Amino acid sequence: MSFMNWLDNRFPATKVTREHITEYYAPKNFNFWYFFGSLAMVVLALQIVTGVLLAMNYKPDAGLAFDSVEYIMRDVWGGWFVRYVHSTGASMFFVVIYLHMFRGLLYGSYRNPRELLWIFGVIIYLAMMATAFFGYLLPWGQMSFWGAQVIVNLFETLPFVGGVLSEWIRGDYVISDITLNRFYAFHYLLPFILVGLVFLHIVSLHKVGSNNPDGVEIKKGPKGNRWNEEAPKDGIPFHPYYTVKDLLGTVVFLAVFFGIVFFVPEMGGYFIERPNFEPANPLKTPEHIAPVWYFTPYYAILRAVPSFAGTQVWGVLAMFASIAVLFFLPWLDRSPVKSIRYKGPITKLALMVFVVVFIVLGWLGTQPPTTDLTIMAQFFTLVYLLFFLLFPCFSSGGEKLGIGGKLLLLVSVLLLLGTLFYWWFGWSGGPASSLKLVYTLLSVGVLLIFGVVPAYIRPDSVKPVPERVTS
Amino acid sequence: MADHHVDHKRRRMLTIATTGVGLAGTVGMAVPFAGSLVPSERAKAAGAPVEVDISRLESGQQITVEWRGKPVWIIKRSKEMLDFLPGMEGILVDPDSRAAQQPEYAQNVYRSIKEDILVLVGICTHLGCSPKYQPQIGAVSFDDDWKGGFLCACHGSKFDLAGRVYSGVPAPKNLVVPPHQYLSDTVLLIGSDEEVA
Amino acid sequence: MKRKLLVLVLAFFPVTGFSAGAGGAALDYVEVSLDDKVSLQNGAKLFVNYCLSCHSAKYMRYNRMAQDLEIPEALVKEQMILPGGKIGDTMNTTMSKEDAEEWFGVAPPDLTLIGKLYTPKWLYTYLRSFYRDESTASGWNNTVFPNVAMPHVMHELQGIQKANITTRVDEEGHAQQVIELEMVKAGSMSTEEFDRSMRDLTNFLYYMAEPARMVRIKYGVWTMSFLLVLGILAFLLKKEYWRDVH
Repeated sequence: MSFMNWLDNRFPATKVTREHITEYYAPKNFNFWYFFGSLAMVVLALQIVTGVLLAMNYKPDAGLAFDSVEYIMRDVWGGWFVRYVHSTGASMFFVVIYLHMFRGLLYGSYRNPRELLWIFGVIIYLAMMATAFFGYLLPWGQMSFWGAQVIVNLFETLPFVGGVLSEWIRGDYVISDITLNRFYAFHYLLPFILVGLVFLHIVSLHKVGSNNPDGVEIKKGPKGNRWNEEAPKDGIPFHPYYTVKDLLGTVVFLAVFFGIVFFVPEMGGYFIERPNFEPANPLKTPEHIAPVWYFTPYYAILRAVPSFAGTQVWGVLAMFASIAVLFFLPWLDRSPVKSIRYKGPITKLALMVFVVVFIVLGWLGTQPPTTDLTIMAQFFTLVYLLFFLLFPCFSSGGEKLGIGGKLLLLVSVLLLLGTLFYWWFGWSGGPASSLKLVYTLLSVGVLLIFGVVPAYIRPDSVKPVPERVTS
Repeated sequence: MADHHVDHKRRRMLTIATTGVGLAGTVGMAVPFAGSLVPSERAKAAGAPVEVDISRLESGQQITVEWRGKPVWIIKRSKEMLDFLPGMEGILVDPDSRAAQQPEYAQNVYRSIKEDILVLVGICTHLGCSPKYQPQIGAVSFDDDWKGGFLCACHGSKFDLAGRVYSGVPAPKNLVVPPHQYLSDTVLLIGSDEEVA
Repeated sequence: MKRKLLVLVLAFFPVTGFSAGAGGAALDYVEVSLDDKVSLQNGAKLFVNYCLSCHSAKYMRYNRMAQDLEIPEALVKEQMILPGGKIGDTMNTTMSKEDAEEWFGVAPPDLTLIGKLYTPKWLYTYLRSFYRDESTASGWNNTVFPNVAMPHVMHELQGIQKANITTRVDEEGHAQQVIELEMVKAGSMSTEEFDRSMRDLTNFLYYMAEPARMVRIKYGVWTMSFLLVLGILAFLLKKEYWRDVH
């Protein structure tokens, strides 16, 4: 291996391979939820390859963009395949990332010492959303145009700077050729930034080591396994054990992925929306605008918050807050244990409720806003925010609530009171009283069960965590 | 994690099989990816065969048509011009058109289907300039005994009236005769020699 | 020769569908099949004869259609392409956009993707639901696309329908308009023949919106079979290595 010697003297090829692949010791008890990190990288790679190929035939020009997409679908050999992989990849990227993030919530993967790892992850998520948003304009169909129109107009609601800011983003007074051109540039740029962020994410992961379904730090446990005397006893080399396991996971995932690509590429209008088969027309809004499904939870939150004090900025703030709050999760969770396996029933219930809330908000975002659906969206938005605000309360594990936790509880109470006030006194033409009553009771119930009760009456129980990983 | 017997042979077999099939799949997926770069239907439609009416082409006259974005010359050679062609062997690189620069049906001394009608892609085989038709005969500025032909102004390559390259010039090969056929006596189809359905 | 089509136009229908211009009319089921080449060929013929004079299909190439629908190129060239056109051309219309806007008020939309924009059911019902209405500019109206700008170009085939509009109140107290279509003048085709022809045309529009659909299912089956083999191997490989761990 004289070539490897030559190389290693100049570049740490063998060292890096060892540290990150063949001698990176990962906990041996990873389950199903641990596939999604590697799958996200598979999708990112697919997106970049197909994206570059599409860019060779796509034209970022308002007069040509729509035509060039149809050109790819019809005249370019294999073009339809490349494009469907890209459009399916966009949605599947979010499917995979949402499951990856949920894994983090389940097993407390954001807890000390993995706070920075989590923060890099949230930044990746933001970069993905930006990439997807810019990319969705490119086909220049009706939904592309009006979706971008609505989202960019969000910025217009900001006081003082709104008008200037939205014009600065568009480079025009409406979404136009100029906007399309710059969105294309950003859409091409961001994936490479994403690759850099993924690099940082993995470097910090390998610094602190992987968490696992038990939330046990294997590095702090006993040493010595059959491969290395110094390595954690519960660790196994990433290669070959997790490479072969992830390969299996990837094949199963690709079966789903290509099932969509070949059999239902539009996914019933969720991955490619029907109005997008009509070229953008600034003079004609489609009857119903809904963003792509991965944005709809936030879109539902945006629409749920009513305008008051003469501005609609509150909905925009609520939307951004609902994303930004993810950054603080490592410090909101005060549980003495990491994994859901050893957390108490209230915390388990809270997580289940959160999943339901996220899915329901996602569904609401695709629906036209009727009065009944609006109060529903308001209720679920409230619960979404309460999940995070009350996290210190239900996760305390018996420890007294600190000043920060008390403050957040106070904010929760005010938020609830504000919502109730609006429902009963501030909403002319609101829904039926019976409906208001149901949501009032549910909201108060949520505050009591997840806030007041665990913080002051009976803390959520915690099970003892074993010394070593189970199974 | 008790020590157990590891079946290395089985592992190797499975690793090779999985890697092999996995690579085959990767190649399979790369085919449409790489294939998306071949000329598209639009490029093919734009490069479709071109019909040319040559009923009004006069002896010695050259017309140029565009096929696949390249100039294609159609020249009606006079009897005098044709008579020079068999006697040029000495100064040509490939007088018998052995190199595959023409369809089989144009591999003759006139490099054409009909003796007098010459069809050539007007791109120099050296570096891709378009040579110029020089029908005059006798002493010219670039040749003391010019028999008519083509001169490439870029690097001085010379071709005779059948598109055959002179020896001692930069261009290595004869000019290309594109696939073509006669749809009727006076209509030429450039770009296709397949029978029209 | 009396065909009835019961259509409910709700006074306050919730807008949940995506299809622009669609009312709340009940749609008739139609089966599309890309394997039915005879139907697709007939649909193509109808499309070229009746639609293409005003509407373009500017992304669809004649040679692609000839190949996919198994029509000889010479036949396409002879019967469908205007003199001077080429087999590799896209299906454009001779009518200029300006003329069209003057004649119809709006330019007839390009139809290449109409089969994606609307469902086959909608197209099939729409094509069969024109009726005489002297109050509109064209003299025609349509139950699924109220006040449509397009006249009924195929009335010589279908015949002429008129609408009997009544109002009734449903159980919840909403006023509903009920439109019943009645054939008042027979066309050259029987109802069954016309329905079959419109099914063929719908089938063709469905095909034209995504010609790749012809092959993508086939490739999908191959890919799935391949992934099954690879999956079995990957499973055995994983199991073999993980004997070290378990």
